Amino acid sequence: MDTRTTPEVGGMGHSLKRKEDPRFIRGRGTYVDDVQLPGMLYLDIVRSPHAHARIVKIDSSKALAVPGVLAVITGQDLAKYNLHWMPTLMSDTQMVLPVEKVMYQAQEVAAVLATSRYAAADGAAQVEVEYDPLPVVVDPHKALEPGAPVLRTDKKDKKDNHIWHWEWGDKAATDRAIAESDVTVKQDIYIPRIHVASIETCGCIAHFDKVMDKLTVWMTTQAPHAIRTVFALVAGHVGLAEHKIRIISPDIGGGFGGKVPVYPGYVIAVAASVLTGKPVKWIEDRMENLQADSFARDYHITAELAAKKDGTLTALRIKTLADHGYTDAAANPSKFPAGLFHVCTGSYDLKAAHVEVDGAYTNKPPGGIAYRCSFRVTEAVHTIERMTDLMAHQLNIDPAEFRMKNFVKPEQFPYKSALGWEYDSGNYAGALKKAMDMIGYADLRREQAEKRARGELMGIGISSFTEIVGAGPSKHFDILGLKMFDSCEIRVHPTGKAIARFGTKSQGQGHETTYAQILAEELGIPAKDIQVEEGDTDTAPYGLGTYASRSTPVAGAAAAMAARKVRDKAKKIAAHLLEVAEDDLDWEPGKFTVKGVPGKSKTIQDCAFAAYTNHPQGMEAGLEAVSYYDPPNLTYPFGSYICVVDIDSGTGEVKVRRFVAIDDCGNIINPMIVQGQVHGGLTMGLAPALYEEISYDEHGNVQGGSFIDYLLPTAVETPKWETGHTITPSPHHPIGAKGIGESATVGAPAAIANAVVDALWHLGVRHIDIPITPAKVWKLLRQHGVTD
Amino acid sequence: MRVQLSINGDKYEADVEPRLLLVHLLRENLRLTGTHIGCDTTHCGACTVLMDGRPVKSCTVFAVQAHGRQLMTVEGLEQDGKLHPLQESFMSEHGLQCGYCTPGMLMTSYAFLQKNQAPSEDDVRTAISGNLCRCTGYVNIVKAVQHAAAKIAGGA
Repeated sequence: MDTRTTPEVGGMGHSLKRKEDPRFIRGRGTYVDDVQLPGMLYLDIVRSPHAHARIVKIDSSKALAVPGVLAVITGQDLAKYNLHWMPTLMSDTQMVLPVEKVMYQAQEVAAVLATSRYAAADGAAQVEVEYDPLPVVVDPHKALEPGAPVLRTDKKDKKDNHIWHWEWGDKAATDRAIAESDVTVKQDIYIPRIHVASIETCGCIAHFDKVMDKLTVWMTTQAPHAIRTVFALVAGHVGLAEHKIRIISPDIGGGFGGKVPVYPGYVIAVAASVLTGKPVKWIEDRMENLQADSFARDYHITAELAAKKDGTLTALRIKTLADHGYTDAAANPSKFPAGLFHVCTGSYDLKAAHVEVDGAYTNKPPGGIAYRCSFRVTEAVHTIERMTDLMAHQLNIDPAEFRMKNFVKPEQFPYKSALGWEYDSGNYAGALKKAMDMIGYADLRREQAEKRARGELMGIGISSFTEIVGAGPSKHFDILGLKMFDSCEIRVHPTGKAIARFGTKSQGQGHETTYAQILAEELGIPAKDIQVEEGDTDTAPYGLGTYASRSTPVAGAAAAMAARKVRDKAKKIAAHLLEVAEDDLDWEPGKFTVKGVPGKSKTIQDCAFAAYTNHPQGMEAGLEAVSYYDPPNLTYPFGSYICVVDIDSGTGEVKVRRFVAIDDCGNIINPMIVQGQVHGGLTMGLAPALYEEISYDEHGNVQGGSFIDYLLPTAVETPKWETGHTITPSPHHPIGAKGIGESATVGAPAAIANAVVDALWHLGVRHIDIPITPAKVWKLLRQHGVTD
Repeated sequence: MRVQLSINGDKYEADVEPRLLLVHLLRENLRLTGTHIGCDTTHCGACTVLMDGRPVKSCTVFAVQAHGRQLMTVEGLEQDGKLHPLQESFMSEHGLQCGYCTPGMLMTSYAFLQKNQAPSEDDVRTAISGNLCRCTGYVNIVKAVQHAAAKIAGGA
């Protein structure tokens, strides 16, 4: 792409090497578990083997006899401070430690505090808990049947397991459009419970300094400021005021949404530190991470899509049952209990749509967090892309041609969707065309026909997704009342170097590099001269954090706006130094020049020096600015993916032969990093499409609770991704960028599922729920007489 | 139990509990925190270190099993202020994002390149299949390892 700065300055469009990497390739990053403080104690957690049981008795005597064990903390202990329950982000309530009963397998029951990691684990093994098992509800459909055991007995007036009903869109118009359509397709789609499984698990070190009356928490969090405020709100009554709380989010080993919530372990560690005055470390192991941390998805969807005979799509109707586990601890903007699921009309110009979602309680861990996606966008995309493909096949129209016919057209932007979103910009046909050319679509269809004639199973799947990211405009977007702005503060030093701090927190995305590039673009100060810091609430400006691809759309915009404020002040200084009026100055990256006087100019570095040494009379010294950016709209990245699969007709194994991904994230800050984000996102799209699922047996026993049976793709299963891009800038974003971290995770599963169904359509297969395991495919192949 | 070993060329000696895991010896006793813990079940490879030149997952090796052995961790890759070609290649090919799996990937790749100086893409993919990465999608890690092999062959 075009660049306005030299590689030395390193503004937008340059593939700068990352500032983060020199420490990481030396093993010199600082992740939470790397922090070791003098006198630090360790916390280990006792967890429930039952999915639903009354706690009869907790006997700590044997645990307390273990050398090194200092205390066993139970719900009764926390209840003395009214800290045994805490609010969730969706204003439900969640247990920190139970007093009466446990609600899911692996739930926290008690915590052991000891002088070493090993002693804490020994102590946890010695805590004896007597349980009285209660009836277990695993299936959310059964949870809503009359007579089902009511799970939330803590809620006085609760008579069932229904959490909420939410609907959006014009029901009457949608029902009418569907009734009047020529063709409808209807499909049940289950998008199972999965786990982000970042390679670093969650944990913290809480350190309450009794002398300074200050709590510092090093914590695996994607949203340090919001956590600080939540801690102050929850624990204000025991004396934790917000100015006495410092959250430090150091290097984070992957987040993907899993490090947004407040987990009980964090709160117990804080409580233990406040009580003892000692630093307390809690680091969960992988099984705790997979079994008890927030899950993603678990949506039971029924969708109906309608069209005219000629293939024009008309209307979409969706009913969904959302399994939230025992509490609604989803990480959504408060106003949207089903997240942004209502972007489910996707890339298509539908005239009517209606969505209903009901939330249900079950005996499973809480969650409803994202899996590298913006608040249920993957669920929306998977639904509309599966349904579109079903309709195309049903009408016997090529799925690519069918999409081309129904896309929102470039001239329709800004486009108001049937469900009320205003898509900022797009060229959907452009991206699909590019993907088709790159993969050789027509040739592949010919090859498929030949192979089918020979009885070989090959499929081609398309996904033309539209994302909705960058939450969000304060009018509609808040979390617990906190508006979803984000921030950048820049300080330019006298020698022209700068430090910039942000309210977000990178977990591998490369913010230290890309934010510096945005500032370099705006100020002409070389990116290497700009230090970027995040994740320390004592120094960074307030922000809502990094998730839902909001860093570039919101904090990236704040960077540009703060830089422009700096530039405005620098311009006044330049005019003073050059003894001309401001209007006589032109800006080119890095310097102000006097119009019509070649060679007469002042660099941004000259202005910075003067800001501290020779600033105009009446102007305050210094060159600093801060911006709290409230986006006017969300951004809508999009793309078209095409996947080719070959299926082993004997074993049912699906092999992804090729996968072409064309993404459009608007203007690109660092092409190398953007491509890396797409590679990673595609792999986290492949994972749930073919491998990952956390399911439960009828007793609520978790299946897939360790890496032994929760299968993350390795380098062997992962194909060599082929990527490309188109560029359609966001018209409302100051640098025209849209965000890219999650597009591929959102778009990829449908392309893979569509390819598999495409391979099996002629046999009569219409749909397969992800993950599409060899066992599922083999069963279908047997059913249809392909194998025995 | 008494354990004596060499770590990145330095001698180390200590009394440890027999059950102490090697990864905890490295991270907590020796403060070599570049070796990470990701799964406890030998699946993710974040804890990979070299024991007598062979990659082992230090979360399932007891410290006492390392008695008398030569250990190498990510901290031992850089020599006299000069990065190993693998470290340079991981940076230049964007073979890392969050950096958490990186030390394990580097150590597995280091041992692999001792055996295979000109690996194909498939060779590399198989070699690193015991190391999970959640960020990069592996494409650039594979590139980085091949790039490093070429650099080493070229005398870098």
